[in-house]
Amino acid sequence: MSASTIPDAAAPAGSQRLAPIKSLFSHARYIVGDNPVTGLSFGLFMLFLVCALIGPYLVPHDPLASDTMAALQRPSLRHLFGTDQLGRDIFSRVIVATRLDMTIAISSVALVFVLGGLAGIAAGFYGGWTDRIVGRIGDTIMAFPLFVLAMGIVAALGNTVTNIVIATAIINFPLYARLARAEANVRREAGFVQAARLTGNSDARILLTQIMPNILPIMMVQMSLTMGYAILNAAGLSFIGLGVRPPTPEWGIMVAEGSAFIVSGEWWIALFPGLTLMLAVFCFNLLGDGLRDIVDPLRRT
Amino acid sequence: MDRRNFIKSTGAAAAAISAPAVFTSAQAQARSETLVIVSESGPNNLDVMGVGTNVPGYEASWNCYDRLITHEMRTLSDGTQYYERDKLKGELAEDFVVGPDSATFKLRKNATFHDGAPVTAKDVKWSLDRSVTVGGFPTFQMSAGSLTKPEQFVIVDDHTIRIDFLRKDKLTIPDLAVIVPAIMNSELCKKNATAADPWALEFTKQNTAGGGAYKVVRWTPGTEVVFERNETWVSGPMPKTKRIIWRIVPSAGNRRALLERGDADISFDLPNKDFAEIKASGKLAVVSTPYTSGIQYIGMNVTKPPFDNPKVRQAVAYAIPYQKIMDAVLFGLAKPMYGAAADKATEVAWPQPHKFNTDMAKAKALLTEAGFPNGFETTLSFDLGFAGVNEPLCVLVQESLAQIGIKTTINKVPGANWRTELNKKELPLFTNIFSGWLNYPEYFFYWCYHGANSVFNTSSYVSPPMDAFIEGARDAAAAGDQATYDKDVKGFVDLAFAEVPRIPLYQPYINVAMQKNVSGYQYWFHRRLDYRAFVKS
Amino acid sequence: MTSIPSLIGVVIVSFLLTRVLPGDTATYFAGPAATPKALEEVRKQLGLDKPLPEQFLRYVADLTHGDLGNSLTTGQTVVGDITSRLPASAELTLIGLLLALLIAVPLGILAAVRQGSWIDHLCRVVATAGVSLPVFFTGLLLVYVFYFLLGWSPAPLGRLDIFFSEPPRITGFLLVDSIIARDWEVLRAALSQLILPALTLAVFSLAPIARITRASMLTALSSDFVRTARASGLKPITVTMTYAFRNAMLPVITTLGMVFSFLLGANVLVEKVFAWPGIGSYAVEALIASDFAPVQGFVLAMAILYVILNLAIDLLYGVIDPRVRVTT
Repeated sequence: MSASTIPDAAAPAGSQRLAPIKSLFSHARYIVGDNPVTGLSFGLFMLFLVCALIGPYLVPHDPLASDTMAALQRPSLRHLFGTDQLGRDIFSRVIVATRLDMTIAISSVALVFVLGGLAGIAAGFYGGWTDRIVGRIGDTIMAFPLFVLAMGIVAALGNTVTNIVIATAIINFPLYARLARAEANVRREAGFVQAARLTGNSDARILLTQIMPNILPIMMVQMSLTMGYAILNAAGLSFIGLGVRPPTPEWGIMVAEGSAFIVSGEWWIALFPGLTLMLAVFCFNLLGDGLRDIVDPLRRT
Repeated sequence: MDRRNFIKSTGAAAAAISAPAVFTSAQAQARSETLVIVSESGPNNLDVMGVGTNVPGYEASWNCYDRLITHEMRTLSDGTQYYERDKLKGELAEDFVVGPDSATFKLRKNATFHDGAPVTAKDVKWSLDRSVTVGGFPTFQMSAGSLTKPEQFVIVDDHTIRIDFLRKDKLTIPDLAVIVPAIMNSELCKKNATAADPWALEFTKQNTAGGGAYKVVRWTPGTEVVFERNETWVSGPMPKTKRIIWRIVPSAGNRRALLERGDADISFDLPNKDFAEIKASGKLAVVSTPYTSGIQYIGMNVTKPPFDNPKVRQAVAYAIPYQKIMDAVLFGLAKPMYGAAADKATEVAWPQPHKFNTDMAKAKALLTEAGFPNGFETTLSFDLGFAGVNEPLCVLVQESLAQIGIKTTINKVPGANWRTELNKKELPLFTNIFSGWLNYPEYFFYWCYHGANSVFNTSSYVSPPMDAFIEGARDAAAAGDQATYDKDVKGFVDLAFAEVPRIPLYQPYINVAMQKNVSGYQYWFHRRLDYRAFVKS
Repeated sequence: MTSIPSLIGVVIVSFLLTRVLPGDTATYFAGPAATPKALEEVRKQLGLDKPLPEQFLRYVADLTHGDLGNSLTTGQTVVGDITSRLPASAELTLIGLLLALLIAVPLGILAAVRQGSWIDHLCRVVATAGVSLPVFFTGLLLVYVFYFLLGWSPAPLGRLDIFFSEPPRITGFLLVDSIIARDWEVLRAALSQLILPALTLAVFSLAPIARITRASMLTALSSDFVRTARASGLKPITVTMTYAFRNAMLPVITTLGMVFSFLLGANVLVEKVFAWPGIGSYAVEALIASDFAPVQGFVLAMAILYVILNLAIDLLYGVIDPRVRVTT
């Protein structure tokens, strides 16, 4: 947005908006220094991001190339995590899968953030019918056994990455809508909102420029936690055969495939993708916890 | 005997919670008379004539009902008991005579149903009438042997029944030995029939109303089926095992663990790799037998480009990584159906290997010749219900096809939807398995290659010369004209290999792993277990 | 009563969702070699040729008679299947939840009392690690280690070893039924079957319980009445347990409700791993087989359970928190 379109009253509102973010950063530095676990998880998160971005260019083997002569080999220097039934290098597959899993996690969270966040804010801001409708939709979704709902959606729409993302977003919708509603409701009558309204800002504008930035931090916490859940959800879907298409590497599918080999002693096929998956979810969860401490110092006491 | 009370009385029950795998003596005794079978899925209906009965349901029916006749057994060189396709003996019938226009069956006079009622010709007629009138799969299977009308089944006297032939058909008598024409207790069924359900299908779904060697005493759908021996069975030698417990264990890993730890006695649906390893370890007995007339193949829809071009299909046939599939997917547990020597003469037999092998240069050349020098894109579909084999198989095929420029997207079709998809006949490229109960080349070809275009002709392959060969062989078989039969069988096999609407990959094995003290496994055309011959020492 | 609209929503959504499932019931019923004509007949017989709204009305009409239809995979009525399988799932989930409580609540209290210490961090890491494992992976790992390698645990074959017979069915909860029947053998056997799957569930639910226990303990410990109690010279342990803990229980109970309904969902995978004859594995099989009726029945049963559970929590809240009783 350009400066000329911002009315006078937007200036105080803008600084109001920026102030928490600035103090957040200094606070964040303090927290990370103070809490080694959060620091560690942040480091891990960066590592996963790097893997997702440049991993495919670094891996020692083609993640899709089979080599049936070298099938089911134990971890060795040549194959750090061993090879699977078709002789594919598990290490390369795990690394390459990072991008897809991160994509699933991030896009489903982004989607639910937009859908749930907007619906929730609207519900909290307007109240009345909007509130009731959003609330009912949320209640209905909550009354479903969530994993089965995700299964149903993926089974009905077909097992593609997009549909897995959509299913994950839908089952998380109530969480975001409720959170955003509660936060928006509290801020509806706040001074800076009143000020913006008095200066003739439209509702949509107030929602986007005043309310949204203010509830962003608390939503960030939720997003971090949901990212982990999104990965677990995709893995669960893979386990029952509703995951992404083969031969695409994905952690959940690799664990599911490998699970058939645990009893026969080829533990590495399931273990390494399983551990990586766990590490990623673990990192998201700790990060979420850490973010909560940053965003909501009160709850920390 | 109530085992629980027995244990209480012997007081042998003080093991700690953490160590229940230790068996008490009473448990050991109960175990020696009981056979524990584990499998992935269980029956949804105890009656093979029921609506939508699944394959595990056939196993229940096979063991709880008698048929008029059954196959003899022979012992293969490796010691496996294998059914004799062409030798039949009486089961409920103590004697039978096949004439030119009809067959007459004399029933065993001392045979009774589980409730004690004697088995009479009227029960037989009622059961056969039922099989040809209920519709769906059972009626269809009966029609494969030209058994279609109730009037064909005639009561001669209380213990004699005559079956009139509609036409000369080699399959009529063997069709009476398949699972479908089970003889049921007609009085009991009629008692439980309703106006809406005259054949008592609802009753026989839940109850075994027959006189077979076993009866179902407890059935918890999706969990377990418990069978008990019928102590008054007279249609064969008395089975050695008193109780059969069939537990449903969805996870293959758990099934193997149960077998290896001795908690289960038999399983026949483990992944090939597990069978290969169990076999190698020597801890358990493993019997592997090729499916009769069963073939896993790569199918192509010949009605649509690019697979309407035989050159493209041949190119694909040269691009299949046959040996890789044998090694990495099947762990050697299958009979190759490829790579026959170039000068090998076609046999009068089915299945037999074709002459394609993996030859990427030839594949590329054929594809170029067909006008696709840069390949094309298509989807490769498989049945998720058999993902254990299908998924790695498709991944290997996908990788290999990519080398000649054919880019494929793998499409997993959920098991329930697979048949619907096949029925639509739109899948361009897929892998599937077909196996018939009746093991005759012309029977297989009628389903898979004939212009009648049955659901199993998954390639929608229609060719008048092919139809002529198949019909010729069928007529020759009925007329007993061996020379024409041989010529026609060779004719359709050659044509199928030249035009390759489907590329046979291998003949799968049915593998059965059992404890060393269990013997008496018999291979049947239906590939399910026959409990009657099992012995546990 | 506010939950009725969401129940209606569940009925509609589950109906629509199952109709979009790819499988074709008619093909299943008609058998392997059905002709298109036979298929059409079966479709007519099953009412699948009718327009969707009419099918829906028929479904709702059946529903009011308590008829949820028949399952194709088990061949039984859905109501029968669900009533016979629900206790298995409920028992497993409750024991799992109990185990989780026994581990997570002390962890949470400890973390709150020693806030910021290594114990606090350890609790957080352990609980978070638990929730980060896919349940099926935990389950398989436990089976491998405790059954296959060590042999400490019985075969993962459902609720009872093959050679035990179930006690007379009264509640459907094997533990309760075997106690009623005074059959200690079966009780022991049932318990030993329960341990691994319950543990799998417990591991997964540690985090939310531990987290909320810690948070609400922190709040309680810093409150005025605790300060007063401390000042009046009460022993620290008395202060923590009697004053702080009792007040900290309220949010924990609310969370429990959430966790329980979440666990019933997570059950789906655990039941598959342990061949547990519960409704979760039932629903999965049905969904994979495109078997409408059981999926709808399962979803409906879970939704009703969810509503009842929320009601129960509200009531429990009243029992624990005297203020609620006064105001209502």
